[in-house]
Amino acid sequence: MIRVVLPFHLRTLAQVDDEVTLDIQGPVTQRSVLDALEAKYPVLRGTIRDHDTGKRRAFIRFFACEEDLSHEPPDAPLPEAVVRGAEPFCVIGAIAGG
Amino acid sequence: MSGVRLLVGTVKGAFILEADGTRKKWKVNGPHFTGWEIYHMKGSPAAPNRIYCSQSSGWFGQVIQRSNDGGKTWEAPGGGVTKSPQGFPQGESNRFVYDTSSETGKPLTTHQWYDGTQHPWEFKRVWHLEPSLHDPDTVYAGVEDAAIFRSTDGAHSWQELPGLRGHGTGPKWQPGAGGMCLHTIVLDPSNPNRIFVAISAAGAFRTDDGGKTWKPINQGLRSQYIPDPTAEVGHCVHRIAQHGAKPNVLYMQKHWDVMRSDDAGDTWHEVSGNLPTDFGFVIDVNANEPETIYVVPIKSDSEHFPLDGRLRVYRSKTGGNEWEPLTKGLPQRNCYVNVLRDAMSVDRLDPCGVYFGTTSGQVYGSADGGNTWKPIVEHLPRVLSVEAQTLV
Repeated sequence: MIRVVLPFHLRTLAQVDDEVTLDIQGPVTQRSVLDALEAKYPVLRGTIRDHDTGKRRAFIRFFACEEDLSHEPPDAPLPEAVVRGAEPFCVIGAIAGG
Repeated sequence: MSGVRLLVGTVKGAFILEADGTRKKWKVNGPHFTGWEIYHMKGSPAAPNRIYCSQSSGWFGQVIQRSNDGGKTWEAPGGGVTKSPQGFPQGESNRFVYDTSSETGKPLTTHQWYDGTQHPWEFKRVWHLEPSLHDPDTVYAGVEDAAIFRSTDGAHSWQELPGLRGHGTGPKWQPGAGGMCLHTIVLDPSNPNRIFVAISAAGAFRTDDGGKTWKPINQGLRSQYIPDPTAEVGHCVHRIAQHGAKPNVLYMQKHWDVMRSDDAGDTWHEVSGNLPTDFGFVIDVNANEPETIYVVPIKSDSEHFPLDGRLRVYRSKTGGNEWEPLTKGLPQRNCYVNVLRDAMSVDRLDPCGVYFGTTSGQVYGSADGGNTWKPIVEHLPRVLSVEAQTLV
């Protein structure tokens, strides 16, 4: 079971109060986690990744196990602690502006 | 009993204001979608409790919301929670994909950038939603970068009407200060195949075949800030308004100049008349008097606030040229707000109610055609749009 932490605005959009959990078959990667997240919560399609290119939106960052994974390849394996469910995969809205 | 519902979009959420037909006491509901920019909301004329809402964010992109109960509850069409990761993926309601098919005169992939070079079209947000006059499930969306989309399934999915970008002048369009946005959509009540749109900074366009083909309708506009002041396209049109009883008469607030057309946009002539400044963003028409129009003059394109710190709506009862200031109830000192292009609307009661919202978060209303004004609500976030619905 994969745990995903969403930023406030995406939690309200998906109508979830806390972190969400996902069951993923096969390799646990950024892509497979986001695919499963968007399949379960279709309203999130296009809000984290571009609808068509699948690229991360400019002001979105991915963190796990105190590391910035935003620039990791989308098919790279996520940390083992995320796969075990010990640590969440965090989607962060970048702090920008004044 | 009749009533009025105001749909107010702000940079930090949506508010819904409701009053009975006297329009004396208002109930403020909201905010909805807190923290998100609500560029525009509009109800279906065919089913007033069906409301469409454009919700966007620089972080998270575009979301389309829809209500079937007058704004009490909302849903993103097709965006509900699926039961398992294997559930059918939907969420197409947020997807606006430009048409690049060769059948529609494409590939047209670039427009003019700020530095004069060509730049690819990139979707940013929905500025304006215009529901069909007859079908609650049909709605048009004006987007940035400028294009018009249509949904015929209640905003579940969107398809571009590519003839607008594809008619040939697209490479000459350029962004205005607010981006290259299609911000105005007027559906002609007398001709279901006729639609008017306006784009900053390209100008006004019209289709007479339901959106298949389009042509620029900018003859008579003069814009001193572009290389050819009378060019076919390139004009920064801020808003167009029409009265259904005189569908060939259009009014326009351009960057500078208030304009009028008596031939459905084929030609325009200036009707700024005695306005103290003819820069501004909004323009609207009294619902009961097709020749009575309203503007809010703004000092200049560099100083986006009223002249002398006095917030004045100007009304013409002669279809332009002769204007009178309306000041009763509006601040006449130290007022430095702006009124953005989608932030004025009228109801259909008699006398006509006129409403506008400011960049400082006030929504003003007049229940007597503009003679007197009152703040309906103050201290909202910056107001982006105001739409009035008349409920019977």
